[in-house]
Amino acid sequence: MSSAALHVERNLEQFPDLHPAFDSQAALAEANRCLFCFDAPCMGACPTHIDVPRFIKKIASGNLRGSAVTILDANILGLSCSRVCPVDVLCEGACVMHRYNKLPIEIGRLQRFAMDTFYAKGAHLPPVAQTGSQRIACVGGGPASLSCAAELRRRGVAVTVFDNRPLPGGLNTYGVAEYKLRPADSLREVAMVRSLGVEFRQAEVGGATPLDELEGEYAFLFLGMGLGAMERMGIPGEQALGVIDALRFIERYKTLPDFSVGKTVVVIGGGNTAIDAANAARRLGAQDVHLFYRRTETEMPAFSFEYDRSKVEGVQFHWLAQPVAILEQEGRAAAVKFVRTALGQPDASGRRKAEPVPESEFEFPCDLVIPALGQSRLTSLLESTRGVELKGGSIVVDRATGRTANPRYYGGGDCVNGGREVVDAVADGKRAALAMVAQLQVNHG
Amino acid sequence: MADLTTNFAGIRCPNPFWLASGPPTNCGDQVMRAFDAGWGGAVWKTIGEPIVNVSSRYSSVDWNGQRMMGLNNIELISDRPIETNLREIAEVKKRYPKHAVIASLMVDSKRDVWHDIVKRSEDAGADGLELNFGCPHGMSERGMGSAVGQVPEYSCMITEWVKEVARTPVLIKLTPNITDIRTVARAARRGGADALSAINTINSITGIDLDTFTPRPYVGGSSSHGGYCGPAVKPIALHLVQQIASDTEVGIPISGIGGIAGWREAAEFMLLGCGTVQVCTAAMHYGYRIVEDMIDGLSNWMDEKGFRTLDDFRGLSVPKVTEWKHLDLNYKIVARIDRDTCIGCDLCYIACWDGAHQCIHIDGHSRPESLEAASHARLTVTPIAKLDALQAANGKKTPPERIPKVDEAECVGCNLCWLVCPVANCITMEQVDTGRPAQSWEQRCQQH
Repeated sequence: MSSAALHVERNLEQFPDLHPAFDSQAALAEANRCLFCFDAPCMGACPTHIDVPRFIKKIASGNLRGSAVTILDANILGLSCSRVCPVDVLCEGACVMHRYNKLPIEIGRLQRFAMDTFYAKGAHLPPVAQTGSQRIACVGGGPASLSCAAELRRRGVAVTVFDNRPLPGGLNTYGVAEYKLRPADSLREVAMVRSLGVEFRQAEVGGATPLDELEGEYAFLFLGMGLGAMERMGIPGEQALGVIDALRFIERYKTLPDFSVGKTVVVIGGGNTAIDAANAARRLGAQDVHLFYRRTETEMPAFSFEYDRSKVEGVQFHWLAQPVAILEQEGRAAAVKFVRTALGQPDASGRRKAEPVPESEFEFPCDLVIPALGQSRLTSLLESTRGVELKGGSIVVDRATGRTANPRYYGGGDCVNGGREVVDAVADGKRAALAMVAQLQVNHG
Repeated sequence: MADLTTNFAGIRCPNPFWLASGPPTNCGDQVMRAFDAGWGGAVWKTIGEPIVNVSSRYSSVDWNGQRMMGLNNIELISDRPIETNLREIAEVKKRYPKHAVIASLMVDSKRDVWHDIVKRSEDAGADGLELNFGCPHGMSERGMGSAVGQVPEYSCMITEWVKEVARTPVLIKLTPNITDIRTVARAARRGGADALSAINTINSITGIDLDTFTPRPYVGGSSSHGGYCGPAVKPIALHLVQQIASDTEVGIPISGIGGIAGWREAAEFMLLGCGTVQVCTAAMHYGYRIVEDMIDGLSNWMDEKGFRTLDDFRGLSVPKVTEWKHLDLNYKIVARIDRDTCIGCDLCYIACWDGAHQCIHIDGHSRPESLEAASHARLTVTPIAKLDALQAANGKKTPPERIPKVDEAECVGCNLCWLVCPVANCITMEQVDTGRPAQSWEQRCQQH
């Protein structure tokens, strides 16, 4: 990504908010519906353990700054999490109101109300003076590192975030679907972290900036660089024009004003990113968007609410088909050749394996192919990090502290958990920060 | 079908629901619209020498997003000429002969002035007179309203003056802003009153604007105490009604007032002895139409209970209120939590720990703090459907570890958990046999 320009205006029209914001009256009514549970299940279900009833009751009492600070104390990316969190399986999924024969409290929208109000006022968290001379480096500028850096800085530790992109924020800035989170909001959160005193440097860690150099300068290194490029399909024709992986696709349409998708789009994959890309293709004007998945609806890893929403967007789903080649015409992708699959025995993930059915190939014409097969691991950087244990391409850490096998290195976020939610990355970063602060105190009394 | 027709101290009307003296009964057009909506009677906005009001006049207390849990006013009596009010009373009575129109009166504490207003009101056709000895703001500074109602001798004297000339029943409206309301109730009875109305509004300051530091309602940089009414005052009103209803020296009909907004409150006031009930705040909040459900709801409740007339249940609860010293010390109840309907909010648990007797417990935790610490220390990740073998938060069933348990041996039966539980019938208070015969504190003291 060479351009820092994020194309915002067009997207505001094409990508209206999935869940519209509350106005203050509606927020108050919803806040008053909250029972104020003790040891609330919503708080337990949140990876960052935001004290949900507390921030909701502060909305009800009219203490809106206190509400936002309650959220930020637990989760510095409270704004983006309020937009992107799959609340159905987190806080709202755990709400006792389900058993009260009522709709759960709309925690996500209330959190967004508190955070929007905070940012709209141009409010800040109080800066904390630096204590001690030790510095910590956070590698990567995404949610895990931002959270780690903010927590460290709020506890008086000097931090530098190293990111190779022109704008920090990681996938929050570049990779989240527009109808969930706008880049401007991600950048507001980056500005908030910066205002706490965190230093940001654009640098290719492991490249022009070797880890050896950082090890000499920093007491601890937090690895929060996320995942690499999306996995390749490994089939003929993959390099053709008109084939673009889902993350690059999302990044492109967010940065190029005249990005066009053609009439017919094929998306390959069954995860949440595949769904985001398919929805985006529809909103960008594609008449037909077809999503192909080699297993069935039952095995699809996307959240069921994402799938439901995508059907409403008009995405058409095709099960039990696996791509075998991209067919080109004049150097551009013109069709995808699929083979039908059948479900066999369960594999390591416990899901039934998709096995190709002989002589069942078929061709599906299209203008654009968007593979969404998950992200690769950033193993090249890690191979040079002495003593950091890897497993299946992910960094192995002690979950409670984020500490790797090398005590100078901590890690969190997608590069540790293989790719989960923003809130998981924030929780990882926070836990690692607390562990590093504790370790600094041990080291220096 | 229940019969709601009412005869209150000789005043007849189709039902016991009266509009109290106040803004909803300010003029004839309003009262006629109210009668069309179903009200059985109306106590006219207090008539006297016209006053000048201020603006603003009302302020309220909201609670948990609900408006007007309590309402406060600093409005005075009618600002319209006496003749206008009386002319409109005559017109209303001509067009609605079966409905009750009560003239609320407040004039200077002079015998001839009272004689004059009583005669003129009755000449206009009023079915009864309600002497306003209760208004706690403004008029009291001029020696009227609660300035009269706070002194039993004045109340008795003016009642006597009125009774010297009155041909219709005379009601005395009592102020709650007094140490013992029975002293004035007895004085009114001595003065010859036919009935009592209770209660008038309670002295109040509803709140202070946190930007201007001025209490509400705001009048040009200042405020003044007002009279409090609405749902918040019902318990106070019920207690004061019970005090006068159970007093053997009083013994005259009571028209109940204070926080009545529906048929349930009406039934409660009647069970404590009231013959009619008066409503103001609820009608100001929602309009006259609320009377439809008051009539309908009360009728259905009476049918369900087998009460044919209002007399069948009036006062039934009076003997059930006793002094504390007569309560049975050996009656024992304990809380039971229904595990099938518990939603796991744990509000009963923290209420018992912080506000009661520490006898509700969560397995594995000796105190609330350890429960909270365990939750904070728990590592939680977003479950990825179909990959994480569905450990996703399942809101449909209460996790067993969240369902609190009552230590019945320690439970004192205070009711707090039952009160805070949001789920109907989840917590029940059940009687347990102590094996000891009933014994009151008084009896226990006599034994020793």
